[in-house]
Amino acid sequence: MKWTALIAVCLTGGLLIYGTADMPDWGDPASPASLHVSPRYIEKTVEETAVPNMVTSVLADYRGYDTLGETTVIFTAGIACILLIRRFGK
Amino acid sequence: MIWQLDLILLAFVLICAIASIAVKDLLSSAIIFGAYSFFMCLLWAEMGAVDVAFTEASVGAGVSTIFFIVAILKTTRRSKD
Amino acid sequence: MISHFYDVIVQTVCRLLIPFIQVYGLYVIAHGHGSPGGGFQGGVILGASFILLCLSHDIQEMKKRLSRRAVLLLCSLGVIIYSGIGFACLFFGGKYLDYGKLHQILPVDLVGARSMGIFGIEVGVGITVMAVMVSIFLDLSSEEKEKGRPE
Repeated sequence: MKWTALIAVCLTGGLLIYGTADMPDWGDPASPASLHVSPRYIEKTVEETAVPNMVTSVLADYRGYDTLGETTVIFTAGIACILLIRRFGK
Repeated sequence: MIWQLDLILLAFVLICAIASIAVKDLLSSAIIFGAYSFFMCLLWAEMGAVDVAFTEASVGAGVSTIFFIVAILKTTRRSKD
Repeated sequence: MISHFYDVIVQTVCRLLIPFIQVYGLYVIAHGHGSPGGGFQGGVILGASFILLCLSHDIQEMKKRLSRRAVLLLCSLGVIIYSGIGFACLFFGGKYLDYGKLHQILPVDLVGARSMGIFGIEVGVGITVMAVMVSIFLDLSSEEKEKGRPE
């Protein structure tokens, strides 16, 4: 059983490493991620939001719904921990 | 991006990942996992993603290690396998 | 659960360090506009300072400063601040989380209003993250039973 697990892990890892050959280079300006919306954010973020840090403006303004969902997920995790772990007594 | 520094950090990340699985003592495993998070944080910072590195340093190496240790204090320190 | 080792060196060092950690957390939240950081990271640092107080002193000592009830209220207060700002934008004629419309009530122009809106939601995220971290730690570490209804 252990050997089949090892073979499966090695096979999956090999496939993943083979897949990285098709990924764009690190910081490649011609990659799809830096061609679609990134230039607009880089050019307009200070003009539109007066925030010098692009990460903050994308996180909190352009992608505000995502951050709202993230905050709700953390809140839900806290409530779930209270309901599961906390001991209620009299 | 300095490839020598990259290589050293990646080697440390691999060593920490394997060690945190292989160690029998769960408390040591949690501490090694904190070290793994720290090296991942250095790797993020080295690649220029400073915000991600900040999050990794505060959440991964700081708070999650504390949570692991408290969970170990509540359960048992020895792993079963 | 946390063993009581009343070590004078640890207690004194933590007593000196905790205010600086908290000021640094507030700085990370407030200065997320211009430097790395933001609500999430600053909230985690603020929560870690309270956890350090628990570890170095006592959970009772910590509860004098931030009770269980206050932690629970702060958990939901952050989400309420976040979604409240979204609904305020809706109220002033924009879309949900469209901070530009807030310039009608704030003494800044349209671009400044977006900046202020971003700051507001960072504060909300920070409060929620801090309270959730402290809440999870308190639930994990304390053995005593809480007052309340057994479900």
